[in-house]
Amino acid sequence: MLRLLIALAVFAGLSLPATAQSQTLQSILQPVADEIADPSRASVGAALDALVASGLPQVTPFLEAWSDKGVWQRDADGAFFYGQAAGGELTLTDIDTGAETVVPATGHTELRPNGGVRRVIGTTLVQFQLSDPDLTRRLSAIDSLARRPDADQLAPLLASIDEEPDPALKARKIQLANILTVTFADDPADRIAAIDSLSTDTSIEARAVLNQILTTGITATPGAPVGNVARILTVGDDLTPAAAYDLLVTGDLAPPATAPNAIRDALAANIVDGRAGGIPTAQLGDPALREAAYATLAAAGTVPPLVTAQDQADAIAAHTFAAIYAEGDAAITDAARAALTSAETRVAAAQFADLTLDALSLASIYFLAAIGLAITFGVMGVINMSHGEFIMMGAYTGFVVQQFVPDYTVSIIVALPLAFAITFAAGVAMERLVIRHLYHRPLETLLATFGISIALQQLAKNIFGTQARPLTSPGWLDGALIFSDVIQISYIRVAIFVLALLFLGLIVFVLKRTRLGLEVRAVTQNRGMAASMGIDPDRINMLTFGLGSGIAGIAGVAIGLYAQVTSEMGAAYIVQSFMTVVVGGVGNVWGTLAGATLIGFLQKGIEFLNPSNTLAAQTYMVLFIILFIQFRPKGIVAQKGRAAAD
Amino acid sequence: MTSLLEVSGVSKTFDGFRAINDLSIQISEPELRAIIGPNGAGKTTFMDIVTGKTKPDTGRVLWGARNESLLGLSEAAIANKGIGRKFQKPTVFEDQTVWANLNMALRNKRGPFAVLFHRKTGEDEARISQIASEIGLTDQLSRMSGELSHGQKQWLEIGMLLAQDPRLLLVDEPAAGMTAEEREKTTDILRHAALTRAVVVVEHDMEFVRRLNCKVTVLHEGHVLAEGTLDHVTADSTVIDVYLGRADA
Amino acid sequence: MTQGFLVTNRSVRWFLMCLAIFTAVVAFGSEASGAGLFSTSLVKTLGKTLCLCLVAIAMDVVWGYCGILSLGHFAFFGIGGYAVGMWLMYARTEGIVLSSLSGQTIPPTPSEVSDAIGSQIFGVVGSAQFPLIWSFAHSLPLQLLMVVLVPGLLALVFGWLAFRSRVTGVYLSILTQAMTLALSLYLFQNDSGLRGNNGLSGLQNIPGYEQTSQATISLMFFLASALALALGYVLFAWVVAGKMGSVIKGIRDNEARVRFLGYRVEGFKLFVFTLTAVVAGIAGALYYPQAGIINPAEIAPIASIYLAVWVAIGGRGRLYGAVIGAAFVSLVSSWFTGGGAPNLNLGFYTVQWTDWWLVLLGVSFVAVTLFFPKGIGGVFDYLVRKPS
Repeated sequence: MLRLLIALAVFAGLSLPATAQSQTLQSILQPVADEIADPSRASVGAALDALVASGLPQVTPFLEAWSDKGVWQRDADGAFFYGQAAGGELTLTDIDTGAETVVPATGHTELRPNGGVRRVIGTTLVQFQLSDPDLTRRLSAIDSLARRPDADQLAPLLASIDEEPDPALKARKIQLANILTVTFADDPADRIAAIDSLSTDTSIEARAVLNQILTTGITATPGAPVGNVARILTVGDDLTPAAAYDLLVTGDLAPPATAPNAIRDALAANIVDGRAGGIPTAQLGDPALREAAYATLAAAGTVPPLVTAQDQADAIAAHTFAAIYAEGDAAITDAARAALTSAETRVAAAQFADLTLDALSLASIYFLAAIGLAITFGVMGVINMSHGEFIMMGAYTGFVVQQFVPDYTVSIIVALPLAFAITFAAGVAMERLVIRHLYHRPLETLLATFGISIALQQLAKNIFGTQARPLTSPGWLDGALIFSDVIQISYIRVAIFVLALLFLGLIVFVLKRTRLGLEVRAVTQNRGMAASMGIDPDRINMLTFGLGSGIAGIAGVAIGLYAQVTSEMGAAYIVQSFMTVVVGGVGNVWGTLAGATLIGFLQKGIEFLNPSNTLAAQTYMVLFIILFIQFRPKGIVAQKGRAAAD
Repeated sequence: MTSLLEVSGVSKTFDGFRAINDLSIQISEPELRAIIGPNGAGKTTFMDIVTGKTKPDTGRVLWGARNESLLGLSEAAIANKGIGRKFQKPTVFEDQTVWANLNMALRNKRGPFAVLFHRKTGEDEARISQIASEIGLTDQLSRMSGELSHGQKQWLEIGMLLAQDPRLLLVDEPAAGMTAEEREKTTDILRHAALTRAVVVVEHDMEFVRRLNCKVTVLHEGHVLAEGTLDHVTADSTVIDVYLGRADA
Repeated sequence: MTQGFLVTNRSVRWFLMCLAIFTAVVAFGSEASGAGLFSTSLVKTLGKTLCLCLVAIAMDVVWGYCGILSLGHFAFFGIGGYAVGMWLMYARTEGIVLSSLSGQTIPPTPSEVSDAIGSQIFGVVGSAQFPLIWSFAHSLPLQLLMVVLVPGLLALVFGWLAFRSRVTGVYLSILTQAMTLALSLYLFQNDSGLRGNNGLSGLQNIPGYEQTSQATISLMFFLASALALALGYVLFAWVVAGKMGSVIKGIRDNEARVRFLGYRVEGFKLFVFTLTAVVAGIAGALYYPQAGIINPAEIAPIASIYLAVWVAIGGRGRLYGAVIGAAFVSLVSSWFTGGGAPNLNLGFYTVQWTDWWLVLLGVSFVAVTLFFPKGIGGVFDYLVRKPS
């Protein structure tokens, strides 16, 4: 209560500075000079009280300097200065006026408060900082308080809440005050009230405080458990028999178990005439005979008695194992448990939202990676195994551009169209040189494009080396969009999402609203009919292939921004892209979108359920897709009409 | 003459297009029947439905004296019931000899292991040479069927149908792309086959149909427009309007 | 039938003769027979190549004859290797453990032995427990049964699912590739029970033959591989020669037509897919003891694609084509990547084949697909048919 009064006094001091202006800091310090010069944890309080009571603005810098060993005392008259020692010289700064003088170091003593004192000073300082007119100082005070919560700081924190002008900071202060109250308040009612207030708080620190209250230790007792029991544990379900028995041994409730090695070592140490415990050593490979031999030795008192598995089971059965709260008050643990459950429900909802964001961003990456593939597959019936290498080409284009254009924003703006142009050209070249000759042999197209894929991959390795190349994103894409402790998403992923949306719009526009799109759709649905109506399927094929490859190039730049650029990066995406196309259905933008969404969400969902193992997640996903194909062989959005049946 | 195949009230819609509309056709055994109609009349879809390639939206397809439903059976199962089909485009296995093509079609056990351990029998050989002489390909047995002329391929395919020993043959435009002489021979083969079994011929070519000299069913917009002898249907005014009028104009 | 079939099949007799001559030359020239013309490592390489030829003819039957471009047959090959590797590793570790424990005055209990073996094998993945899938690892006959059963059952289940839903063509290829990917990703996990990416190693040491020199062991495996290839060749030649061959080639060329002939296409595909998977497993079981190590990277989807590449370069639809393709490409590939090929000095740039081989392979593969769709085997056809 005293601390609270002090804090209130600080406020009084700060809000009424006029009353204190006649005083100087030096004049307040001198009466308590001894405590200042040689403080102890117990005595420094009075000196600090005097300083706080003065309400002078110089007090804060003085306390900071004092705590940092920056205050010197002149031996002659005991006056205090800020001092800066350099060589034999000492630069003294007047604590009130700020006037500097340079004097020899001799005749002055540096004040060195010990750790305990510094902590007391720090606590006092917090009172000032929490109410400092400067917002950033208040923020940093709150941060340091949150990092090292301390019982002493609760009162000043509470006191500073009402006067806090900044609404965000005020909310933060209330939150922090609740957290401190939960841990440090003396009155259980106060603590329970604060605990209840945390039930809507999803921040990690609030949950950490609640979890801390709910910390349990496992005890073993012969009868009913003592203390604030969290729950009774069942051996076998909640803890292993071995762990349970160890607990009994630690609590001196049972003799230590005889380890298998101990039996052997004891037997080996007691071999007489080629026999141990009366049994020839050659027969001791049999576990039953070993135990018998050991029992003989134990009966003779040579070795400690054997604790058999049965003994252990009996001992375990004779005891009750319980998880006991470290916190003794059941009312508090009950409240904390209720609050934590409620908070965790909210956290789960928030995690779901976060997962949705993650899945959306993954889906947009798959969409970007797969849409080019889907277009070429749909229009030409051609699977381009080197699609992944076009993604890689796009990413390396971005990397090369960054070597010449140092400004990251500009380089990305240059790289996107350039990547499109380069991969478009590569795609057209490939169509003209290879694909065109293989139209009626789809499986061979698959293999020929695979040949191109390994050649391109190795070529990239020869040119750029095997190590990963960075593609640095512009500064404004650094960081993340943070909604709460749980929900956040990096700006790069937001940008990729936007890019995917942009491309979705663009492709839908091209396909539905332009002459090219009309022709592409015509060729997709009925090649022969389209040709007889004056559409040149050759030209459409070429443009489609170029377009599909070009989009892969752009996807490459986007993917390169958050993943490493390597010669093998394309291979990492190609199978997922195939899956997307297969699941989504061929020849339809919306199908690809649906496929990408399904696969993105599926992958994130599986990763969430089995977070330790991304490899297993991918295995399950592939299995799911194989099963999915059973039920919808033509994908989510199946191509319609009689043409699709053949 | 007993009813072998009974198609009744069958409809099938593709994306809003009614390919077959309340179609009812009865085929007896033995019988030679020609189905004619303009493009899009539903001739091919009718065959697809009977052979199990396409599932109809409504209607019944009944088979044999015991009136088994064919709906829901796989293509292979329907084929094994005794329905053989010849496609519009000749689809023989061009990479294999004429002999192998016929051998594959022979009515024998169809399971993988039965096929794997299948031994050539004298009976098989006799049947193959008999069919080969029926379709006039005796000299070509050891040739790759891809090397055959268009007409020979068509005959080979009909031969494969005969080898299956089906009770019902569905033949899609057998005379397309044939010379006059080849057509005549095709007519003979079909009429000979129809002595012991049901043969349904889908055809465009009126001259060819006339030569078959059999009962004719006219399809229009997935529905039976008229049925009877060729002279009878060609005298029908509605038939003249929708088909003959246009085709001859 | 088999007799008649051998009499009527010239190419099978030719192949068996060539294989016999080749095997005899290598056997008599090997270090084990004292001639020393061929080093032990060369004999191993040739033995491995024969196994690759065996899996290549299996691939040829499933792809070249039946038209299923499976991108999963190397996975079956790997499974065979794992199955036999489990016994090799178990039995060898057991031998080492027993001999190290035999010096002790008190003989070890069975559970001590098993724990010691477990920690020896699984120590690298931080475990000492035997996973369930190692239940039969102590028994060679059971594990050899696994070589056949596991690939066979996997192919059966996968094939049934895929063929039943009439997934064909490119779709099926991608699906098989997905299966391969799933399998290799699974094996990469440390808790897969197969030592994660460490794989199984030390497979070249055959338990019970510790005293036998590697030269002899390599020759034995070479001979076994040659025998397996001969048997596999005859088996597949027999399968594709008769009516079965007609049907599966028919499925390749026109699946719908075969259906309308009354054949249940799914059953035939399943038969071919499973049979070839089993043969691939056997080939793998012979290959990996010669290679000495197997790890999940061996099963990665790319390996199965290479398998298709070999068959395509050798010439699909003819068994000897697959043999030629596998032998030629894998030997040339190891010559180039092993630094055997001299660097090419272009004046301004020196082409190091270790770096450029894959580029050359990729480009030549495209060229083969475009200009020689029948592969190397097609050239043979041309030479053989010309006189007649």
